[in-house]
Amino acid sequence: MNSLYYQKKLSRNVGDKFFTSLSVFCAFIAILPLIFVVTYILIKGGAQINSDLFTLEPNPPGDDLDAGGINPALIGTLIITTIASIIAIPVGVGGGIYLAEYSKGGPFSKFIRFGVNVLAGVPSIIAGVFIYALIVSTKILFGSMYSGLAGGMALSILMLPTVIKTTDEGLKLVPNELRYASLGIGASMYTTILKITLPSAFRSIATGVVLGIARAAGETAPLIFTALFSYYYIVGFEDLFYEMGSLAVLIYNFALEPYDAQNKLAWAASFILVISILSVNIFSRILAAFTEKTKRV
Amino acid sequence: MEEKLILFKNRKRFGIEKNIDIIFKNTTLVLSSLVAVVLFGIILVVFIQSFESFSRYGLNFLVTSEWNPVKDEYGAFTAIYGTLVTSILSLLITIPLGVGTAIFITEDFVPKFVREIVGSFVELLAAIPSVVLGLWAIFVMEPFFRDFFAFLHNFFGWIPLFSSEPAGRNSLLAIIILVVMLLPIVTSIARDSLNQVPKKLRNAAYGIGASRWKTIFSVILPAALSGIMAGVLLALGRAMGETMAVTMIIGNSNAFSWSLLSPGYTISSMLANQFGEADGSQVSSLFYAAFVLMILSLVVNIFAQWLVKKFSLKY
Repeated sequence: MNSLYYQKKLSRNVGDKFFTSLSVFCAFIAILPLIFVVTYILIKGGAQINSDLFTLEPNPPGDDLDAGGINPALIGTLIITTIASIIAIPVGVGGGIYLAEYSKGGPFSKFIRFGVNVLAGVPSIIAGVFIYALIVSTKILFGSMYSGLAGGMALSILMLPTVIKTTDEGLKLVPNELRYASLGIGASMYTTILKITLPSAFRSIATGVVLGIARAAGETAPLIFTALFSYYYIVGFEDLFYEMGSLAVLIYNFALEPYDAQNKLAWAASFILVISILSVNIFSRILAAFTEKTKRV
Repeated sequence: MEEKLILFKNRKRFGIEKNIDIIFKNTTLVLSSLVAVVLFGIILVVFIQSFESFSRYGLNFLVTSEWNPVKDEYGAFTAIYGTLVTSILSLLITIPLGVGTAIFITEDFVPKFVREIVGSFVELLAAIPSVVLGLWAIFVMEPFFRDFFAFLHNFFGWIPLFSSEPAGRNSLLAIIILVVMLLPIVTSIARDSLNQVPKKLRNAAYGIGASRWKTIFSVILPAALSGIMAGVLLALGRAMGETMAVTMIIGNSNAFSWSLLSPGYTISSMLANQFGEADGSQVSSLFYAAFVLMILSLVVNIFAQWLVKKFSLKY
């Protein structure tokens, strides 16, 4: 009769306990890095936040104790990510529309979907190398070499697979009945897509695209030899064709400087970058959870 | 004749409307093929640029570790070895950690909201830019591990992997920061594949008296294995191409050493370091190294996709 009761010392129960605690331990280790990274950034970066940070140019590393601000890098990141979005979003959404709405699962669409996955796996630095060879070294953009424009193009290569994938998957989730209804009352494919399917998939596509932009904003490798870095204010349109700073490259450059003032600036830039990226992520997560709940009702 | 209420009117589409439809379709077709153009463009451009170096050094480039811009001698063995060693070792650490975490999230040891919090923490970790992790590694992680590395060297110095005096920035630190970066990838893909295992398999195992972990090891993990493998391969591709955090912490030295405690090099960190200032045949050699990196990650990625296609939807 004893065998019907839970026996603590049975080897299988001891083993189970052991593996359960091992798994809990793994999960514990897994969340430690995020906690440590975010805490350090909040403490070390948060201490540097003041109004000068947002308005001043960074001082070149040297013996002066004041490192200045990160205004050019902040604006640069905004500009470069905007350029990348302007290129990647139309191309990606258009391509995703073709895959989800027009293609019939033939070899072409299979090949493109495969290509999207392969492109997503291309190391980010290769995108920089590619743009360097194509645009920077050939001076094809009106004779300018390193430029914010080239940096934006390199980033757009990294955003493209994300945008196509989310559009493709978002459109596939739209029920076919909507398409039938629209086509049935005589709307053309073009009207159906632009007026019916795309708007009903808008939220999931927008979430994916925004996450893609947030990811691109933190990318450094494609920028270090396309956009390079600049210490000076961005004043006009023509600055697009010159070296442009960005938060990510500023962190990279200044983290490796031996001077304390520059290191502090790197922490401050990390603070701004991480806070904005994390808040975008958390916000879209909450939004997604909210839509899921309302859909189930 | 009485008047009819006209609800519908027969009308044909005008030519311009038809054209808009066709133009729209073809535009999206062109946009989607841009993916292929970009992909082939990348491969082609990098190959063409590396051609000079390729024809001069051939495959010797892969096995020599001389990198001397003054004498114009180039070989990327140290970087290739560093790329493979750091990515594979970091993956070996990440797999048990990530799968263990995924099991924690999919099993019901703790209430659901705790598991959801752990899950989103791990996913948020993936959103932290790698350059920020690099900064953190330099100023927080490196001092933290300094004593541990000294201990490793003192007690396990007879193993070639720990045979050198620990340097301030070294390959082992790069491996640790790679583990941090790979953990979210492996965990989230392993979690998805574990979630896809049908409930009835678990119930059947419980029904014939298997304990929880017997069920996990003999039923659930084997059923989810292909998905986990694909995730591991994707993580491997990511690890090989990872640039910023590794560049900042690996020490960037082309001197070959077996020891993980001495500074090392990876292909991507070599590119990040030298590309800006390179000229002459050094540029071509860097393109050659980039080409090697691209082929490595392409092969791993394509293999991962093949694995997913081959083994998915078994149930």
